[in-house]
Amino acid sequence: MSSEPAAVTISGVSQVFNPGRPNEVRALDHIDLTVATGEFITLIGPSGCGKSTLLRLIAALLPLTGGEVKVNGKQADQARLDRDYGMAFQKAGLFDWRTVARNIELPLELMGWSKTDRRRRAREMLDLVKLGDFAGNRPAELSGGMQQRVAIARALSFSPSLLLMDEPFGALDEMTREHMQAELLRIWAETATTVVFVTHSIPEAVFLSSRVVVMSPRPGRVADIISVDLGTRQETTRESEAFFKKVTEVREALRAVERLS
Amino acid sequence: MAAGGSQTIVEEQADNLVEEQRALQARGTTDRAKEFKAAARRVSVFAAFLGFLALLYSAYRALGRALDHAQADWPIIGSFLPRSDDLAMPPIGDIVAGIGATQRGTGRPLGLLIAGEALSTLREAAIGFVVGAVLGLAIAIVLERSRLLERGLLPYVIGSQTIPLVAIAPIVVIWAPQSLDGLPWTWTGWMSVSIITTYLTFFPVAVNGLRGLQSPRPEDVELMRSYAAGWLPTLWRLRLPASLPYLFAAFKIAATISVVGAIVGEISGGVNGGLGRRILLEAQRYTTGPERLYVAVLGAAATGILVFLVISLLERLAIRGQKGVL
Repeated sequence: MSSEPAAVTISGVSQVFNPGRPNEVRALDHIDLTVATGEFITLIGPSGCGKSTLLRLIAALLPLTGGEVKVNGKQADQARLDRDYGMAFQKAGLFDWRTVARNIELPLELMGWSKTDRRRRAREMLDLVKLGDFAGNRPAELSGGMQQRVAIARALSFSPSLLLMDEPFGALDEMTREHMQAELLRIWAETATTVVFVTHSIPEAVFLSSRVVVMSPRPGRVADIISVDLGTRQETTRESEAFFKKVTEVREALRAVERLS
Repeated sequence: MAAGGSQTIVEEQADNLVEEQRALQARGTTDRAKEFKAAARRVSVFAAFLGFLALLYSAYRALGRALDHAQADWPIIGSFLPRSDDLAMPPIGDIVAGIGATQRGTGRPLGLLIAGEALSTLREAAIGFVVGAVLGLAIAIVLERSRLLERGLLPYVIGSQTIPLVAIAPIVVIWAPQSLDGLPWTWTGWMSVSIITTYLTFFPVAVNGLRGLQSPRPEDVELMRSYAAGWLPTLWRLRLPASLPYLFAAFKIAATISVVGAIVGEISGGVNGGLGRRILLEAQRYTTGPERLYVAVLGAAATGILVFLVISLLERLAIRGQKGVL
């Protein structure tokens, strides 16, 4: 690895909601995690393990109550202000009063890009996610998978070095989901973006990432980190022996977590 | 290759999706023609409804007449039903003729006079509506900004509407010219009526606008925050567009009550030149021509319907492709 700072450095992060009140909740407990630049990492764990909370702390969408989160060597909030990351949620979250192209242009507008630059970039991004024909459509006219692709195009439109994804394919049917996973890996390879990806699905985590972070609930902790080395992913990868072995490994790690709690 | 098989299936699926969406796109071009047809249908339904009302009215008159004849035999039933003689319910023909009947003194038909008066009332209503809408939206934006202000001020906003209009109107008409004489223009009566319609408009706009500004999903707000967008860009690019369906629902309510409010304001404030004055006059000389009051009331109804239609049209222009709440 080069001497440039890691994409994400999480050190000693503990997150407490409603501190000092009767409904105080310790969501995260002493999390340490480093994500290398260009890496694809997934966070997996049962509900309530704080994986979404951890993602929101990297995005500086929540005030941090303990520890330190750095993105590209900067404090997370500074990275947010510098627009170092793009984000995609479980719901595509497209603005239905804007066309598909204008949804992708939204972050560019906020960054003061000129109209011609915005138009050109929106077109490039639509080609990247293979939706070139739908620039003028309304989000409501697109299928769930297509909407999610628009959301990814929007998140990547300003070429952030980091992409944060919170169960973006959670609401899609299985075939669309597998298709989207392949698409995401292709885009990841083409754009050389670092990805932190939250999911509930074990095969999804194994198929997508180079490392799977298994988290345990109440309070959220890192229980295990499983490296996945399956080479360049193809559709055959899903049916390979090595893939099943990794799926089993992650599943057993999750079972161990459940036994503990 | 085994992989080839599964990949093709996935791609075929994607192709099917693309085909489906193309069909949807093609459908979009015929939407305009469909919209026109739908509008034509609505107009004919409305006309049929008006005809039905006229029929009902005439049928009740006929029934009343029959009962009047029978009154000698059954006095109880005869006096129990609302009266339906020509004074209480002038025939439809008289009302229609009344629209064109020339008025003594002016030499112009009543319909034209009322149209002019409706225009005057419309001006009071429209100015008050615009000022009230701006004021209401400003209040909604301030209340959305601060939870504390929302809790502190909203009760007063609601409380302001508990004062009856007929009580406020004379106060405004007396108070406004005296208190606002520093203005660069001379204060005339109709401006006082506009204050009343402002007061009626700002409330639904403020309350509904606040709900609309608060309507974006938490993820939408998080998304804007992830782009490091501040309060103003978030307001302009997320909260305001999201609130448009709510605002237009409020505008429709506000526009129609502005017209009614302007008429009531004219009557209780003693302001001349509008529909309020006309209704008062025709009520006073009712016995010499009941159809004239009916014409005046129809004029008021038409004015209310007109402003509703104008707002609906604006709504269609402002929120294309977005589903309205009404």
